Amino acid sequence: MNEKTVAGASATSVAAEASTRVLLSVRSVAKRFGNNIVLRDISLDVAEGEFLSILGESGSGKTTLLRLIAGFERCDGGEIWMAGERLDPQPPYQRQVNTVFQNYALFPHLSVFDNVAYGLRVKKAPANEIKERVEQVLVMVKMSSFANASPAKISGGQQQRVALARALVNRPKLLLLDEPLSALDANLRRQMQVELKVLQREIGIAFVFVTHDQEEAMTMSDRIALLRAGELEQVATPREIYAQPATAYTAQFIGQTNLLHAQVTAGIAECAGLRWPTSEPDGPGTFSVRPESIVVAVGASSNGSVRFHAKVISRIFQGAAELLQVETATGYRLNVRVPGAKTVASGLELEFAASDAVPVRETQA
Amino acid sequence: MFSRAYKLAVSLPPLAWVVLFLLTPYLLLLVYSFWSVTPSQQIVHTWGLQNYLELLHVRVYVGVLVRSMRIAASVTMLSLLLALPLAYYVSFHAGKKKDLLYQLVIIPLWVSYLVRAYAWKTILGSDGVLNTLLQYLHVTSHPQGYLLYSPLAVVLTLTHIYTPFAFLPIYAALEHIPRKLVEASYDLGATPSQTFWRVIVPLSIPGVVAGATFSFVLSLGDFLAPLLVGGPSGVMISNIVVSLFGAAYNWPLGAAISACMMVLVVALLFATERLEKKWSFT
Amino acid sequence: MELHMSFNSSRQERAGLSAVHTTLVFAFLYLPIVVLIVYSFNGGGVGGFPPRNLTLDWYRQLAQDTPLWDSVLNSLMVALAAIAISIGLGLPAALALDRVSFPGKALFRRLVLLPLILPGIMTGLSLLMLVVLIGLKLSLITIILGHGTALISVATTEIFAGLQKADRAQEEASLDLGANYWQTFWRVTLPNLKLSIIGAGLLIFTLSMDEIAVSFFLIGRDNTLPLEIWSRLRRGMTPEINAISTVIFLFSLIMIVLWYRLRVRGGEEVADIVAAVPRRLHEHQS
Repeated sequence: MNEKTVAGASATSVAAEASTRVLLSVRSVAKRFGNNIVLRDISLDVAEGEFLSILGESGSGKTTLLRLIAGFERCDGGEIWMAGERLDPQPPYQRQVNTVFQNYALFPHLSVFDNVAYGLRVKKAPANEIKERVEQVLVMVKMSSFANASPAKISGGQQQRVALARALVNRPKLLLLDEPLSALDANLRRQMQVELKVLQREIGIAFVFVTHDQEEAMTMSDRIALLRAGELEQVATPREIYAQPATAYTAQFIGQTNLLHAQVTAGIAECAGLRWPTSEPDGPGTFSVRPESIVVAVGASSNGSVRFHAKVISRIFQGAAELLQVETATGYRLNVRVPGAKTVASGLELEFAASDAVPVRETQA
Repeated sequence: MFSRAYKLAVSLPPLAWVVLFLLTPYLLLLVYSFWSVTPSQQIVHTWGLQNYLELLHVRVYVGVLVRSMRIAASVTMLSLLLALPLAYYVSFHAGKKKDLLYQLVIIPLWVSYLVRAYAWKTILGSDGVLNTLLQYLHVTSHPQGYLLYSPLAVVLTLTHIYTPFAFLPIYAALEHIPRKLVEASYDLGATPSQTFWRVIVPLSIPGVVAGATFSFVLSLGDFLAPLLVGGPSGVMISNIVVSLFGAAYNWPLGAAISACMMVLVVALLFATERLEKKWSFT
Repeated sequence: MELHMSFNSSRQERAGLSAVHTTLVFAFLYLPIVVLIVYSFNGGGVGGFPPRNLTLDWYRQLAQDTPLWDSVLNSLMVALAAIAISIGLGLPAALALDRVSFPGKALFRRLVLLPLILPGIMTGLSLLMLVVLIGLKLSLITIILGHGTALISVATTEIFAGLQKADRAQEEASLDLGANYWQTFWRVTLPNLKLSIIGAGLLIFTLSMDEIAVSFFLIGRDNTLPLEIWSRLRRGMTPEINAISTVIFLFSLIMIVLWYRLRVRGGEEVADIVAAVPRRLHEHQS
């Protein structure tokens, strides 16, 4: 039976592809530690085979949410369902969910092979089956030659692969990854991001990936769930979340942006001398304009675009692009990203399309 | 980073003291073990292995050594039996009471040895608390004489003294087990029971070995408990040494026994050190 | 580090079982002491059940027991001197172990720990031999010698642990800012080690006050407290000894609470410090 995937409560609704099924359903889940409410009313669905990232700052509750799904914490409210039955009353060792821990948590007294075989041995699988499956998964993570090594003797990146293998060999319905790449250096990280993505596509298991790095989330995910102070800010695909951020927080957290606090009167938004047409209602409104949407004006101005003159205050070289801080005639400062140029005039004629001014909600922390 | 003067100032005094008051005395002990004593109680500096030979041939000495090792072994087993589940409980199940329970285990360690040994003396005697209690409850009709002045009394007393000693390294080892490993084990499908045997126990072995070593070595060389509660049947090797330096006046022989014990203890430590290394993963 | 789980009943069962075991062990550890305390008030003497004629007589007797209090004074003097020697030598020893590589370092480290692990009488006996060789008379001085030597390693271990925890960069910063080694030692190193030194002091004090094995052979005319108690025990058991024991117990209680508060303030894991003793025996790194 095909269903539409429905996303978070207070966030924008996004319909996933019509042919995907819901694997995991988090329904109005809440969690508190003492007087500290870490998660309030979280509702989220994970589709089969999807790569979902839970993105948030430290303290946002993302790891707690993961631990609730894994079974290391109990919900204080709400329910979690998986494949038609209730998951949350079950202890972790009964759930068909496996976790890749942030610091890998490999058993130091067991070899790589024995670590990976652990889950199978515990279920008393026959020895030849264990051998076959472990070897198979070690090939998948490219660690076959390390089967007899001890975890203390292999590098961080290698430990991470073993941790992955150890989880995957059990063929879980869902794989949870708790910031698995955060301990790796930048280059290794990028490499692993690609490998993980490819791996996930190959095996087809749903991955729920927790991270605080928005670039990482954007690179790898089918969908991103942005968590802020225990509530879901927005759940959407990377493209949508970037181009159509629902809230000011989302707009600033993912990528960079200029937030224009404008006053809307009769379909025109006005901020610091800039005006553009909008369908937002009258009153104050916040608009997000990405730095790369502001370009150097060429030719005649068109109807839907906003043109203005600005002085360049500072430049930051970023390789392929250059980030300029400019100041308008009214003294308003904006960030503008232009393709890398050797020389930039001190005064520029800039423009952006009205459609690039995305209205966003302000949310309280 | 540190100047030569600093390094000298910092290493020389302790080194000098240790050489003078630790190394030299131990060497003296060794030297004495090769000397002998005349019937008129004079120590003669004739070098030879006579003391060691005497140790091997005189049945009393071997017998007492064997008994001492048996007592030490019993104490070790009992204290491990008591300390291991205790350490497990305090480390993994105690929750908010963890600190308090830990302190409660440590407190007896700080209370005088003499006091604790004396306590057992008053409890186990014929007129002691235990006997009179049992008679009061009509469980027995007359005092159980074997309770005091026996190897049993020594074992009980020493177990009481050394269980907290055994507890400490076991507890430290258990505390060092990252809790994430337990979570990972659950995550992979192992029940708490399976996790206990497959993860917790293997990782606690170095602590258990250290605790056992402590108990064994310290019990083996103990001389106070046998004197207080051991009686003639509970004499241990250290008591023999003490008497050889006292009434039985044969310093060289006493030194020889001490030297043997030192070798034994050092060998034991060496062996358990390798064992601990082999099983040390965290 | 407690697991926030209360899932299935078998885990709770096992927790329950080990809770029972724990209670029994605590009973074993404490009942003898409780008996001792109770019987220090027993009018009927050392044994006999049930205790009757509760009285403070034994404490009164204790208060008037001059020889005993003399021995307490002796013990105090010895303990304080032992602290001075142990820390006076243990501090540089710890610094040396931490920072200097010298020939025989591994031997030194093991040698220093021997008195802790070998039967005390051996250390006492060997020191006796040295004393006889030198021709020194047995007295409180020889006892101080014995205690100080035996307890150096306690100071060394504690202070070494404190050094390992301390931030080396602070000393480098001090040197960088113009202070010389001596000033750095006083202004930076020592304050950082304050907790370790005090902790070591407390521990050494307690161990010295209770020390029998080493003292046994080095005693002259003046007794220390444990040896005084010991000589009375040879003559026979009296409830006055129960009274002394109770007082000693209360005193030890105060000591350990003090020590623990200190440790907790310093953020140390107590088990690690004491359990590190066997580990120190086995460490190979210089």
